[in-house]
Amino acid sequence: MFWKAVYVICLRDIRRFFREKSQVIGSIARPTLWLAIMGTGFNTVFRAQSGSYAQFLFPGIIGMTVLFTSVFSAVSIIWDREFGFLREILVAPVSRTSVAVGKTLSGCFQSMIQGGIILALSPLVDVKLTPTIVLEVLLLIFLASFALTSLGLLIASRMESHEGFNLIMNFLIMPMFLMSGAFFPIQGLPVWLKSVVTINPLSYAVDALRGIILGIHEHAIATDIFFMAGFAVIMTLLAVTAFTRKV
Amino acid sequence: MIRTQNLCRSFNGIKAVDDVTISVGKGEIFGFLGPNGAGKTTTINVLCTLLRPTSGEASINGYDVVREPHNVRRSIGLIFQDPSLDDRLTAEENLDFHGMIYDIPKNVREERKEELLKMVELWDRRKDIVKTYSGGMKRRLEIARGLLHRPKVLFLDEPTLGLDPQTRNHIWTYIHQLRNEQGITIFMTTHYMDEAENCDRIGIIDYGKIVAMDTPEDLKRMVGGDIITLKTTDDEKAEKEIGERYHLHVRRDEKGIHLEIENSEEFIPQFISSFSTRINSINLRRPTLDDVFLKLTGHEIRKEEASARDRMKHAMRMRRH
Repeated sequence: MFWKAVYVICLRDIRRFFREKSQVIGSIARPTLWLAIMGTGFNTVFRAQSGSYAQFLFPGIIGMTVLFTSVFSAVSIIWDREFGFLREILVAPVSRTSVAVGKTLSGCFQSMIQGGIILALSPLVDVKLTPTIVLEVLLLIFLASFALTSLGLLIASRMESHEGFNLIMNFLIMPMFLMSGAFFPIQGLPVWLKSVVTINPLSYAVDALRGIILGIHEHAIATDIFFMAGFAVIMTLLAVTAFTRKV
Repeated sequence: MIRTQNLCRSFNGIKAVDDVTISVGKGEIFGFLGPNGAGKTTTINVLCTLLRPTSGEASINGYDVVREPHNVRRSIGLIFQDPSLDDRLTAEENLDFHGMIYDIPKNVREERKEELLKMVELWDRRKDIVKTYSGGMKRRLEIARGLLHRPKVLFLDEPTLGLDPQTRNHIWTYIHQLRNEQGITIFMTTHYMDEAENCDRIGIIDYGKIVAMDTPEDLKRMVGGDIITLKTTDDEKAEKEIGERYHLHVRRDEKGIHLEIENSEEFIPQFISSFSTRINSINLRRPTLDDVFLKLTGHEIRKEEASARDRMKHAMRMRRH
């Protein structure tokens, strides 16, 4: 029954995801625009060991998409609460933990779908992918998204209404996104910025993605994965505790 | 089936449910009657495991709401006051979701889905997104969903709010049928008096406390006989005259003079022939639950806007004590 509840909760989210045509279109258009405009615009000032800025940016855009998809999918619980649907879930004979796990996995699947769409755009930036790379990237997305959706769930369990959401966006999600190394290489940054990037869990996801896709990385990929897995475990524990207690 | 013992639930020191003890048997239709804010919904939320009681005990189908919430949830169906549907999904998908999360086998689910959607007359629109539904349609869908897993106890929080009379009758017929065929227990809240008449037993709740609990007939018997409403040319003088001649207690408001009287059939002719104040109109009616409520609590049930402030004041007063 535990896994069935998890499955049902995922199924609902995925169904809603595909039903929102604007969301599906947006998930293709947004990365395309980023890559086309930012990738081209900064290309002239970008001097890397190899490749264009668009190529450098490509894994970063995947990281960005995973971040937003994960957090948004988790905070949809706030909307469910406002529209009453959360009560339908909460009075059902399923454990709170299964609801939390269902929400987390649904965030992972949505991120993997979105990430997969971006991977399909790789010819635009002249990045060569092999089936192994695609598989590794998707697994990595799963891991990163698990951590980030849990973070979102933790926030959502603590928030009473969607008014507080803007605050979270401005002071947590945006900084995480900007200071993750998605846009610029980490070497040569001033110390204050470098230290923020170092404690930002998203940096490790971006670094690992870049390592797998382009072979450029700051840390060993095993280190990246270790950090992300640790972050995922902590976030999941906190999120499940907060969720089962609060709602 | 439903049992509470000295149940209390407070919010920041204000008692929303105050020492409620009720017992509802299998197959009974029990109505909780009271104005908005009287504690009806809070009681339901405690009974359906959404809120923990501050003190006291409650059990459903023999399961304690705090210790065995899973078994309680499996035993109950809920129809909420505000919609709790996923309005981005179709009616059918909403029911499927419910059926799956309550672990109903697919073939049974399909069968019941059809039966219920036809009952609430939404079968033809089952593939439409709920967002496009009217308020009444959403409510009907919600009722169908609440019944899908054949709960032992069905909670209805203001179930027919905003429904047309035809659908209302439909739903009541179905509820009675469910009770007769499956012995389902129904616990409902309402502030509609006519709806409360459908119940086997009614608990009247005001400021979180139960003030009376009985069958609708016995409750009405608490009012002394029938109710006569008089309109005269001079209500004040008439009130005095009634007091002097019949030693009856009357109530006067903008609608006229109200008196409770037994054997009203005999009283009226004799009264009219000997009354000295000029009578403009006279109206005789059987007591309703409105009269019972007024008698028990001293205020009318449906003055919601005015009473919201009273309630606040009352709560503040209670707090100071």
